[in-house]
Amino acid sequence: MSNLAGAPGSDGTTDPEPIGERKKSEALYFAKRNPKLLIGAGVVLLFFLIGMIGPLFVDHGPNVYIGPQMQPPSAEYWLGTTTFGQDIWAQFVYGVRSTFLIGFLGGGIAFLIGTAIGFVAGYKGGVVDEILNMLTNVVLVLPALVVLIVAVAYLDVRGLFVQALFIGLTSWPWAARAVRSQALSLATRDYVDLARLSGRRTGKIILTEVAPNMSSYLVMSFILLFGGAVLIAAGLDFIGLGPSDGVSLGLMLQNAFQWSALHLGMWWWFIPPGFGITAIVSSMYILNVGLDEIFNPKLREL
Amino acid sequence: MWRYMGRKLGIYAITFVIAVTINWMIPRFMPGDPVRSMLNRASVSDPEALERMTNYYNEVFGLETPLHQQYFSFWSGLFRGELGISSMQYPEPVLDIILRAVPYTLGLLLPAIILSWILGNHFGAFAARSKGLDNSLLPFSYILTATPYMWLALLMAWAVGVVGGFLPTSGGYSLALMPAFSWEFILSALTHWVLPFLSLFIVALGGWAIGMRNMIIYELEADYSNYLQALGAPRRLIRRYAFRNAMLPQITGLAVQLGTVIAGALLTEIVFNYPGLGSLILRALNNNDYFVLQGTFLFVIIGVLIANFIIDIIYVLVDPRTRVQMTGGAS
Repeated sequence: MSNLAGAPGSDGTTDPEPIGERKKSEALYFAKRNPKLLIGAGVVLLFFLIGMIGPLFVDHGPNVYIGPQMQPPSAEYWLGTTTFGQDIWAQFVYGVRSTFLIGFLGGGIAFLIGTAIGFVAGYKGGVVDEILNMLTNVVLVLPALVVLIVAVAYLDVRGLFVQALFIGLTSWPWAARAVRSQALSLATRDYVDLARLSGRRTGKIILTEVAPNMSSYLVMSFILLFGGAVLIAAGLDFIGLGPSDGVSLGLMLQNAFQWSALHLGMWWWFIPPGFGITAIVSSMYILNVGLDEIFNPKLREL
Repeated sequence: MWRYMGRKLGIYAITFVIAVTINWMIPRFMPGDPVRSMLNRASVSDPEALERMTNYYNEVFGLETPLHQQYFSFWSGLFRGELGISSMQYPEPVLDIILRAVPYTLGLLLPAIILSWILGNHFGAFAARSKGLDNSLLPFSYILTATPYMWLALLMAWAVGVVGGFLPTSGGYSLALMPAFSWEFILSALTHWVLPFLSLFIVALGGWAIGMRNMIIYELEADYSNYLQALGAPRRLIRRYAFRNAMLPQITGLAVQLGTVIAGALLTEIVFNYPGLGSLILRALNNNDYFVLQGTFLFVIIGVLIANFIIDIIYVLVDPRTRVQMTGGAS
């Protein structure tokens, strides 16, 4: 799943080029000294572990009615219980897991579509570029969440994967735009011309010549798409269009709101899920800034 | 410049056609009979009303006629302003329901967008390249942009409204009042407006600050900045030039971010039960009122397109280069 992250770029980093190696160790040198990257990656990793390992330590399902109702956080129920007596910690742990899942899937699908369109448009140019650019602009103007609301509302059974697919299909345009502008400048380089002269297929040239030279850029786009997908999914869940079975942080927020946790003063019901989303997405963004500072020497001396 | 505008208008026209087509396609191509499932799920108890509604929907969808004919009749209905009849507030036309909600959404959105844009830009410009501020304000801005709109809304409603009890947290005006043009009503509407506005404003602020900060850093690297610095120009002057240049991408950013902010407004409205389009969408979803849902969709799209066009015009007016460049035809 995680290899989606650098799918087109991953071929390039394994190339044993001496220049690439020196650059890599240089990047590592700066990475170790970049607090933004370290803190961001640390928090993301922490939540990732919570989502992956946490459910193993919860011996009951997230939606099971287990104990006393409306309990504030205590030693037994770490984050308290809902009005119905569900363990909020269990819901949180499973919710974090599905948050990562939706981020990887939704962001991954958007990333694949966006980079594919961006590369082809930027590399090919001409009429292909015109058409793809128009398509990108059209989808860019449509507000993703509103389109999603209308589309998802007609589905009887909603699963995580369908949600991810729909999110991926609507949130790719800006990535396509960003990749296109980068590919556009790379497509005119000499070595790309040389590859073209050697008669290789377009797809191969894009994958082996163009993509590796902007791999850091691609990774950063994926991270932004990941964050965007998580936020859109949370919004959809909150409106009540989340997965019909299962848990997510957005659904927890929706339940808390729907059963007026606000007016009952049950802060332990609505604070953790929102905090989880904010922490995951913001640390991803901060990690992204860190990456930017590492790969972009102009920003480094800050 | 006219060519540029024409191009843009063309893209918007295509977008509109595609949006309408999506709107038309979704109920027809999703699995299942739309009329049946709509009425099954819409809890209508009165058999006579159910009968009338079934007939009405069958007529509206016209499922017996060939597809292209359905499509064209959908368009002609649209131009006559017929968005169908609501099933949750039968027999009120969808258009009326939506038009009643639009002012609330606009009243929330426009000030939030404009003020957060202006303030965020100034914050960002201020923070750029000043070490302490940059390291404290920047992560904070990232946390703000990563905050789900509804969560901040919930937090504010809880902290200010429920615990503090300063401001009302539900509705667009006091339920004891009827919408009227009186001081009492305006005051009530204002107090109900503050919290949703603030939570929308705060989340939007972070993104602009980040964008501006990055642009300023980029501009300060540019040759003209270095040249000015070498000439010994005061820091303030260089920054002012950088700010003006950095404004342009931020205007484009406004168009790109519009969808996110609108989504945020819808979610915020739901939390505060604010009588705008967001609450309308939620109500329509809960009652399976697809006509209201699709009408709202169209309205939002039209609003976005108009806003995009206004932003394009502003961009051309502000940036002298586009005026020259765009006559050449490059976009």
